[in-house]
Amino acid sequence: MFDLVLNYSDKLLAGAAMTLQLTLVSVSLAALMALPLALVRHQPHTLMRYPIRLYVSFFRGTPLIAQLFLVYYGSGQFRHELSDLGLWWLFRDPLYCALLTFTLNSAAYQVEILRGALNAVPKGEVEAGRAVGMKAHLLYRRIILPHAYRIAFPALGNEVILMIKGGAIASVITILDLMGQTKRVFAQTFDVSVYLWAAVIYLVMTSIFVWLWRKAELRLSRHLYRI
Amino acid sequence: MQWLSYFAFGDMGWGDELLSGLLVTLSLAFCALPLGLGLGITVAAAAMAQGSWLRRVALVFTTVIRGLPELLTLFIIYHGVGLVLNQGVNALWPNFGYIEFSPFIAGTIALGLVFAGYSAEVFRGAWLATDKGQREAALALGLNKVLVFRLVELPQITRLALPGLGNLWINLVKDTALVSIIALDDLMRMANVAVGSTKKPFVFFLAVCLVYWLVCMLFEWCIAKLEKRANRGIQSF
Repeated sequence: MFDLVLNYSDKLLAGAAMTLQLTLVSVSLAALMALPLALVRHQPHTLMRYPIRLYVSFFRGTPLIAQLFLVYYGSGQFRHELSDLGLWWLFRDPLYCALLTFTLNSAAYQVEILRGALNAVPKGEVEAGRAVGMKAHLLYRRIILPHAYRIAFPALGNEVILMIKGGAIASVITILDLMGQTKRVFAQTFDVSVYLWAAVIYLVMTSIFVWLWRKAELRLSRHLYRI
Repeated sequence: MQWLSYFAFGDMGWGDELLSGLLVTLSLAFCALPLGLGLGITVAAAAMAQGSWLRRVALVFTTVIRGLPELLTLFIIYHGVGLVLNQGVNALWPNFGYIEFSPFIAGTIALGLVFAGYSAEVFRGAWLATDKGQREAALALGLNKVLVFRLVELPQITRLALPGLGNLWINLVKDTALVSIIALDDLMRMANVAVGSTKKPFVFFLAVCLVYWLVCMLFEWCIAKLEKRANRGIQSF
């Protein structure tokens, strides 16, 4: 059991690094995408909210693996059209496909989280900001968004953890993340204990992340606690 | 419009194959649900036991299950339990031969465990939210612990846990798509087979996404109805 992990530790660790990269890139891109969408979604009187609602509902109502297959394999059906558009390099590469799918998926969840957070910002704070003469832009930058992100912070952390775990699906389209490397080692050795080692690495990764996120949360809300 | 002809029933289209896949998907979800609910409330009960080693076991169980990718849990059950099963049988009866561990059973156990890990937390939260005085009143009336749980606490726990369990149920339905990887003929895998034969991946994977979407929306509607019914005795502000 231990000689297995000694022989294959570099592969498993390379896989873990890949998992972390995949998560980091897609969650960050999704965060950039989610903010404008959530702001539009939050406006009460715009027709633009309906397409956003549809987008969020679709990505939350279908399995991630089906979305990944739709992007990665489905794009093959339009190979010529995509080549003409100069986009084939994006859909040809499984890594880009996984990043694209995970970003779209995570953005859908983050829009929902941010929408809830924007709704939860106390009305009095917004009114106070207006009363001192803040324009909409300043109001969002100084009052609404800092508080909304503070409210959304724990839920966003959960979303990152979901992405670390959901990223394991990328192994199905030949990406060598932690799950992919684990499957490969298992195929070579038929030793089930490699799955247990992968489980330990996943647990360590998520535990460290939870710990870091909680630290960050305490720092963000340090005005709420007396030291 | 010619895309629609791919979904015809009978020998020419894939409609009936996809439908049978959907039935496998749904039966898998409905088999995993009772397992997950039963185990979930047991683990929640263990977690509520004050100062007992059971509490630690429950904590480890929920932490591990919630920290692992569902795919990994599925592989551990499918390969690990299959291996242990074969080793055990061969130790007892040599020459028994190799037993194929059914992917359906592996999927049911794995998804049931995942559901249990998450629902235990939901149940525990609901349990903590029930009024302590009611339990004391019931005990004072002379009801034993089992009756207190069944008649007083459980009805309230179900009501409070329903929104959380609804979310978990939707997740469970979506997670069933993972079993296609261990070669169970669910909706996702039937689409894969259809793609292999027709070379139209976009059509079929889009159709599969739409079917899952529809199923999820249908269940969301059902859960909303259930919640409304569960809350019919509660005054809201």
